Amino acid sequence: MPARILLLFAHPSQHRSEINRPLLDASRQQQGVTVVDLYAEYPDYGIDIDREQRRLREHDVIVFMFPLYWYSTPAILKEWQDLVLEYGFAYGHDGRELYGKQLLCAITAGGVEDAYRSRGYNHYTIRELLRPIEQTATLCGMQYLPPYALFGARTALDDGRIDAHIDNWRRILDCLREGRIDTEWAAAADKLNDCVAALDGATR
Amino acid sequence: MTPYFIQAFVYLCAAVVAVPLARRLGLGSVLGYLIAGVIIGPVVGLVGEETATLQHFAEFGVVMMLFLVGLELDPKMLWSMRQRLLGLGGLQIALTAAAIMAACLPFGIDWRQALTLGLILSLSSTAIVLQTLNEKGLTRTEGGRGAFSVLLFQDIAVIPMLALIPLLELPELAQSAATAITSAAAEHGHLDLVSGLPNWLYAIVVLAAVATVVLGGFYLSRPLFRFVAQSGLREVFTATALMLVIGIAALMSLVGLSPALGTFLAGVVLANSEFRHELESNIEPFKGLLLGLFFITVGAGIDFAVLAQNWMLVAAVSIAVIVVKAAIVYLLAGFFGIRFSDRWLTALGLAQAGEFGFVLLGFSLQNNVISVSIAELLSLVVAITMFLTPALFIFFDRVLLPRYAAGQPQRDPDLIDEKGRVLIAGIGRFGQIVNRLLVANDVQTVVLDHDAGLVDSLRKLNIKSYFGDASRPDLLESAGIDDADLFVIAIDDRERAVELTHYLRQKYPRLGLLARAFDQIHYYQLRQAGADYIIKETYHAALLLGGEALTRIGVHPFRAEQLKRTFLGVENETVEAMYQSWISSSESGLSPGYRELFMQQEAAIREAMRGDRSDRHSNTERGWTPPPRSYAEDAADSAGEED
Repeated sequence: MPARILLLFAHPSQHRSEINRPLLDASRQQQGVTVVDLYAEYPDYGIDIDREQRRLREHDVIVFMFPLYWYSTPAILKEWQDLVLEYGFAYGHDGRELYGKQLLCAITAGGVEDAYRSRGYNHYTIRELLRPIEQTATLCGMQYLPPYALFGARTALDDGRIDAHIDNWRRILDCLREGRIDTEWAAAADKLNDCVAALDGATR
Repeated sequence: MTPYFIQAFVYLCAAVVAVPLARRLGLGSVLGYLIAGVIIGPVVGLVGEETATLQHFAEFGVVMMLFLVGLELDPKMLWSMRQRLLGLGGLQIALTAAAIMAACLPFGIDWRQALTLGLILSLSSTAIVLQTLNEKGLTRTEGGRGAFSVLLFQDIAVIPMLALIPLLELPELAQSAATAITSAAAEHGHLDLVSGLPNWLYAIVVLAAVATVVLGGFYLSRPLFRFVAQSGLREVFTATALMLVIGIAALMSLVGLSPALGTFLAGVVLANSEFRHELESNIEPFKGLLLGLFFITVGAGIDFAVLAQNWMLVAAVSIAVIVVKAAIVYLLAGFFGIRFSDRWLTALGLAQAGEFGFVLLGFSLQNNVISVSIAELLSLVVAITMFLTPALFIFFDRVLLPRYAAGQPQRDPDLIDEKGRVLIAGIGRFGQIVNRLLVANDVQTVVLDHDAGLVDSLRKLNIKSYFGDASRPDLLESAGIDDADLFVIAIDDRERAVELTHYLRQKYPRLGLLARAFDQIHYYQLRQAGADYIIKETYHAALLLGGEALTRIGVHPFRAEQLKRTFLGVENETVEAMYQSWISSSESGLSPGYRELFMQQEAAIREAMRGDRSDRHSNTERGWTPPPRSYAEDAADSAGEED
């Protein structure tokens, strides 16, 4: 049975979006993906906890899609975590509802890839920076996958890098649906982008 | 004391039963009071001779009403009305009096009597007309304003009439002078400062009195009100308001001027005062009760014995009076630019004789100008024309208005030169804000409103709006409804808003309909009519204020926000069930089921606010809840297990 994918999209200024919007639209076209635009659904941050928990139960793969804001998610996605991942639901004594599901982030970052390393001005790799999310997933018994990232996002449009990024994303979604991500490899990888190369290698 | 209590009880009882009933039947409160009067007076005979005395007392309601009318009109507005006031009002009295006089002469009535009758019948009823216009929300229409300026002029004209009538004394009546009827003119006759004065001195006294009212209102009232308001005692403020009105009325009667005119003047002077609304709300209930009493006494005063003897004559004269008065006003209104349905409104509204007619009748009788028999007949005519006025208004509402609504509006609708994506019907306090938000974001809107004055003033503020009735199909088409995505319904008339929604839903199934509801029932009605999105105009504002109240009594602002949200959430959950219950109970009466649901909703809100959910935390604490206190140990244990 193909995995059901829940994509939680958080972008507070979509009218200026160059990458996330096309990425979101592409995701909507994809089979087996439920897309939730959090800022559209909860413009006043009044997140419906029951509804969100129901959605989590009904899916196997959870994707957080967002532009990186101060090395973290936009506010509503943090709010979503604070509210939805309740004690007794996601963690704690009887909180095993998310057990065994997969979680990953699909992000865009302003800095170039070179900045995200110990010698770069951001000092940490992107996977390291997103550790709070990784640990959240771990505490909830989920399997965490490394992020799918687009670096240097402000110039991606001019450089013509967006189409390839979207194509790769489509492929990743397919893989996720069909459960073809090599989890052992993923546990160590810094970002999911690299897996596309691996996949390509495999299919060729 | 006991008889007074019984009488008061009878009057109040009649009003309490008859008025709501009349309103429910769509007859208006005035007719309700009149019918109540007829029932307790001539029909059942519970009240009798005291009605005449009571009537003079109740006429004070008219004085209060004019004070309130004055409060609504600042001097600038009054000045802008001067043309209609003098022109329309003056000509109305002159022509009506002349026409009635001319009609009397062939019946062998003395010219002096005929003139008096003309003057008496030329006056209309300020009480009935203003009350009805108010109730129907027609005060600000062209027709309403026209009627008001005539009524105001009539109130002023009573004063010279009172001076003129004694000069028309008939010698043969003077001999049999002593009539038994207590006269309404008593208030003008008895206590009087100016009767013995020469003309020049009288003029000075009158001017001084008016100046006292104007200057006193201007300079003294404010410190006085402030002083009283600072005491914080509500009833003292009420007393001050009453003192003001009664004092002015007394002063005016002392110098032989109309009390109504004096208080009106005081009202105008105070129109810009910051205490205006406080004054209004204090005087309003007195005015309402006294006017109601006045209408009851008119009904109770109908003498069925005289009526039965002369019913043909009375009916003929009454109808003739109504026809003549309406025709003259209709004619004049046309000259003064009042058109279409407004012209009819003014004409039919002013077609009756009025309460000042009673006053003048008594005064004429006292001054031997007319005989008792004529006075008896005439007071019946005055009462009956007043009685028929609400019927004329209903005729206007049901027969004339729809015709004009279907045919031509009050003013040719503006040519709409642009097509908007969003049409907004009604640009009052609600539609205005909607429009501003959209326009500020470069959304093309077309705004329609049927209030020409409002549209004009908005255009001066550069807000594109168009005059026209939004329920007219051709107007909607020229406004570009075929290309529009959304229609915002924010018109002030509840029923028409529902009708418009229904019409639009039928005709344009794909048009988005956003509607403003006045209250819960209106919400249901709009929903039933097919609106896509409905907002109750006061709901969110009230919630906001409630939240502020919580904050101010010490609830943390963010927690207050959560409580508000929970409240809203529970309401939204139950609204569907309430709506279904409303649909099934329909017929305006709320079924027990609906009431039960409402109670259930209240209980649910309470529970959501404070009750613990059986499984987890209380609802309002749903978010940001820390794990239980024992969590640290549990987590360590389970971590240990996994290791």
